[in-house]
Amino acid sequence: MDAELRELSYAQAIQEAMAIAMEADERVFLMGEDIGVYGGAFQVTGDLVHRFGEERVMDTPISELGGAGVAVGAAVTGMRPIFEFQFSDFATLAMEQIVNQAAKIRFMLGGAVSVPVVMRFPAGSGTGAAAQHSQSLEAWFGHVPGLKVVQPATPYDAKGLLLAAVADPDPVMIFEHKLLYKMKGPVPEGHYSVPIGKAEIRREGRDLTIVASAIMVHRALEAAAELEGEGIDVEVVDLRSIRPMDRETVIESVKKTTRLLCVYEGVKSLGVGAEVSAMIAESDAFDYLDAPIVRLGGRETPIPYNPELEKAAVPQTPDIVKAARDLVKGAR
Amino acid sequence: MAKAQASSPRAPGAGANLPFLYRHYDKAALREALRKMHLIRRFEEGAEDSYMRGLIHGTMHLSIGQEASAVGICMPLTEEDQITSTHRGHGHSIAKGADVKRMFAEFFGKSTGYCRGLGGSMHIADVSKGNLGANGIVGGGLPIAVGAALSAKKQKNGKVVVCFFGDGANNEGAFHEALNMASIWKLPVIFACENNQYGMSTSIARSTAVPNVADRAAAYSMPGVIVDGNNLSEVTEASHTAIERARAGEGPTLIEAKTYRYRGHSKSDRNRYRTKEEIEDWMSKRDPIALFEAELKGFNILDAAEIDAVRSEVEREIAEGIEFAKKSPMPDLASLERYVYTELA
Repeated sequence: MDAELRELSYAQAIQEAMAIAMEADERVFLMGEDIGVYGGAFQVTGDLVHRFGEERVMDTPISELGGAGVAVGAAVTGMRPIFEFQFSDFATLAMEQIVNQAAKIRFMLGGAVSVPVVMRFPAGSGTGAAAQHSQSLEAWFGHVPGLKVVQPATPYDAKGLLLAAVADPDPVMIFEHKLLYKMKGPVPEGHYSVPIGKAEIRREGRDLTIVASAIMVHRALEAAAELEGEGIDVEVVDLRSIRPMDRETVIESVKKTTRLLCVYEGVKSLGVGAEVSAMIAESDAFDYLDAPIVRLGGRETPIPYNPELEKAAVPQTPDIVKAARDLVKGAR
Repeated sequence: MAKAQASSPRAPGAGANLPFLYRHYDKAALREALRKMHLIRRFEEGAEDSYMRGLIHGTMHLSIGQEASAVGICMPLTEEDQITSTHRGHGHSIAKGADVKRMFAEFFGKSTGYCRGLGGSMHIADVSKGNLGANGIVGGGLPIAVGAALSAKKQKNGKVVVCFFGDGANNEGAFHEALNMASIWKLPVIFACENNQYGMSTSIARSTAVPNVADRAAAYSMPGVIVDGNNLSEVTEASHTAIERARAGEGPTLIEAKTYRYRGHSKSDRNRYRTKEEIEDWMSKRDPIALFEAELKGFNILDAAEIDAVRSEVEREIAEGIEFAKKSPMPDLASLERYVYTELA
């Protein structure tokens, strides 16, 4: 089978990346809750425990703070742990180790050590899991110097960013959207990496730039396809990484299209879209704008349980279509 | 629950029944232990004095009165063994072999400091000597120590890790999570609690549901050992036993060293939660350095002149350290962001 055409799901791609990393480097190991024989809450680790054993696919107690700290301590002392949070929401239990320790140890010690830890966070809404299992908290982590934060949107990027994260000397937080785990896409075999801090133009267009990440990339592409029929030519930029953020790609795109719509699942205010908007407002791309910047983010509410309300709480494709159309037609 | 036998100092000339410390360490090692205890105390007095003179800003947490626990716990460690330390960590740093020149330089915010002036008192570290760093977060170092011990086990390098923490940390969730994981995975880590009786102002009796921190070891199926933290021999013996157990792959131990800090919690402390009498009592009757010196003399290991020589040596080292710090350059403003990420360095 042609390697280039091989398709894997997003979850399989991550699993393959972890297997490749463990094969290549004995310092790499996995930690997390129920990642062993259970295979992980989303079956991302799957059967890896049978292949690599319990020493390298370590089930932890339900101790997010302690588990994250153990991963940090192991990283500082020569290992390359990959720590899985069962849900990104549970990072709230481990913020101390992530924000005060992982992010700052290198700096506080004047560069004497690095903290090469990878943390994986199943994130986002759409699974009916309600307010404590559906959040999009990536902007919190993006606000912390010392961390790197990525949000892969495709199986290809999920594998490539994970392999880049494992090779990175600094702590990398990977936010994996739960609705993407089953999505299939082309994934080359073997080792490759996707650079952290580099956005990708998913669709070229002339009239409007939509900057999105994770699942919103797919909704933006659906919206773009629909708008094409109306003669609106949308460019979709997949941020992929929110810290560091690829300023150049976004700025160049906005200069070309002269309009910016930021689409993100996290709560609209003080989120990733605010940063993207400010970045444009502060750059020379501001002079190119033909319309005010528009942000389409999550509503100012916890994620509700009811499926219709749940959908209404975060941007859906029709919302993006409408926002983009209004922006281009000046009908704000 | 295994408890170390309290070995009270023997009368001078007790010979073969000498306490553990004197049976296991030769004169040079004992002299070095005394030197380190003095060095810790004089370092902190020097730091306090420099703070009063405005040479050091911020705050600091002094461990004066706790020197025996820092030195005793570290005595059986090798240079390759590692420690994690606390906000009250100057003693641990010196006990593990740090150079007071670079410590003073760090306190003065200078580029020659252990953390290039970026960390200060609360983040003193010397990774080359196995000190993975002090920590500004109570309990922050506990899971990290367990992670370091996990590395040691995975790398089969024979290292053990000592995790220093205070009584305040024993009510943090991180303490419980860390001890549990260390125990289920049988990791080579020693949890060394320096119980100085107060978490800032709140006494252990008011904060903790069990009378001894070591009692909590039972919940994590590890030995909990209580020692007189001001008695160097007792502390060293407990540490020695715990380290042997850890190296043998038998897992962690919790040591509780009961001790006392003479100074306030930090520079904001007005000492309203304890009496002058209580402080005086500890200082006059249970001072760890005075106790150790009495034993050294009593057991005819060092005489008064030899002890004086240690003190003068330490005075010189402290004076040189402060001079070095004063003369060292400030960090370059352009380097502000250099150590945030690895590739920027």
